[in-house]
Amino acid sequence: MFLISLKRIAKSGWKGFRRQGGLSFATIFIMVLTISLATSMFLAQKTSQFLVASLKEKVDMYIYFKQELSSDDILIVKDELSKMPEVKEVLYVSREEALDKFTERHKEDEAIMDSLEELGRNPLLASLNIKAWEATQYAAISSFITDSPFNDLVAKVDYQQKKSAIDKIFSLTDSINMAGIVFSIGFALVAILVAFNTVRLAIYNAREEIETMRLVGAANWFIRGPFLFQGILAGLFAVAVTMLIFGIGLYFLGPHLAILIPGFNIFSYFIGNILLILLIQLVAGVGLGVISSWIAIRKYLKA
Amino acid sequence: MISFQNITKVYKSGISPISALEDVSFEINQGEFVSIVGRSGAGKTTLFKLFLAEEKPTSGQIFYEGQDVHKIKSEQLPYFRRRIGAVFQDYKLLGTKTVHENVAYIMEVMGATEREINKDVTKVLEITGLAERANNFPEELSGGERQRAAIARALIHRPDIILADEPTGNLDPFHTKEIIKLLDTINQMGTTVLLATHNKDIINTLKKRVVTLEQGRIIRDEERGKFAL
Repeated sequence: MFLISLKRIAKSGWKGFRRQGGLSFATIFIMVLTISLATSMFLAQKTSQFLVASLKEKVDMYIYFKQELSSDDILIVKDELSKMPEVKEVLYVSREEALDKFTERHKEDEAIMDSLEELGRNPLLASLNIKAWEATQYAAISSFITDSPFNDLVAKVDYQQKKSAIDKIFSLTDSINMAGIVFSIGFALVAILVAFNTVRLAIYNAREEIETMRLVGAANWFIRGPFLFQGILAGLFAVAVTMLIFGIGLYFLGPHLAILIPGFNIFSYFIGNILLILLIQLVAGVGLGVISSWIAIRKYLKA
Repeated sequence: MISFQNITKVYKSGISPISALEDVSFEINQGEFVSIVGRSGAGKTTLFKLFLAEEKPTSGQIFYEGQDVHKIKSEQLPYFRRRIGAVFQDYKLLGTKTVHENVAYIMEVMGATEREINKDVTKVLEITGLAERANNFPEELSGGERQRAAIARALIHRPDIILADEPTGNLDPFHTKEIIKLLDTINQMGTTVLLATHNKDIINTLKKRVVTLEQGRIIRDEERGKFAL
């Protein structure tokens, strides 16, 4: 009995879905928009996380040492700094390496090259390039150096100069996160309401049929079943369509986005996380379809 | 079997309340064929709606086999309604289902097998002259065909009671005669029939019990009644 009923509910749901093609198409269309939004929010969040991480990666600090110091002295300082928990990486840049980099960077600029030649010696200082785990930790590292005995060896700490840039990155990432959250919540609410209303209209259309079904003696679950099944179908179709759109769209968008955010291929990310994305879409699509149908039909099933 | 006890129904819509039924009391025995006659607005349809528990009376009670139908719990209500085959004045066919599916619906609800459903539906559609229309949708049918589809749906599950609200309103004399004959045959097999109509010829040829309503009140209740308003 239960299996027969289940089969009948599914069959009736499928027939209704097919026969009211226009309405089903409209519902799927709205759901595609909603699921696309959910997927976009997920991908945008991952992209911004990658962007923030790569920006933070670019933040570093330099400690320049007085000219007379030998490389051994500097390496002792390097070892000390490496022991700090805040420090991720310390690189020693000798005076020669610094000169090589400087010449490489400015070889097109004749004025600089001429004045360097006229000087007749290497004016650059040896340095330690420090990368912290977190951008907030540079201040601590900087004050550690100022308070330590090696402060006498240090010519300058290139942190104050970069401080404003670091602060800017912080406020930028905070703003990106904040804006992301606000937009996500706003859009999600609008999308859910629109999808819910579409389903509600579809069921409103069927209110007289629901009433008749009750009058001839159908139990509430037998009436509700086909509508829920149609909600599931609309959700599944919408997920399939959205997957196709995103698959094709990101395949072509990927290389363009990689120019803006080097090292990030959104298509590879999409393919790599396809199961998670599918899960998000199924929860959004099928969940929305079923919950909307359930709530919308409840009104007409009250005795 | 069915007992209407002091039924009053007042609709409180618009400026002044409309009294559809006033202190209506009568009983119907099992296997009876009762015609309810009266002008439009006399309260015939309201009486049927109240019996189906589609609406609640303002006061009074309706008993079916000793059970107050308005006190049946909502989860039990479908089982009560399955014992009734109703032909609605406005047909109430399911627009997204074919004639075959409309007639089969109640059997599906009751859990009949596909074989039983197909056998019975084919038979009932033949009896009501709709075999050719089995795969059409209600909107593709004429008024008379819709009415016959509604009748087929009311009969299919062999209910204990048939409530027929103007079941011949849109039928030509030939089909009218056929449907009334069908209701009579079903009644002779033991089914209780309540027929609301204002077709004089039907009432006069039936020679069965007639309850006459006027402005919501019973003005006549005769064992072998005639049509008189």
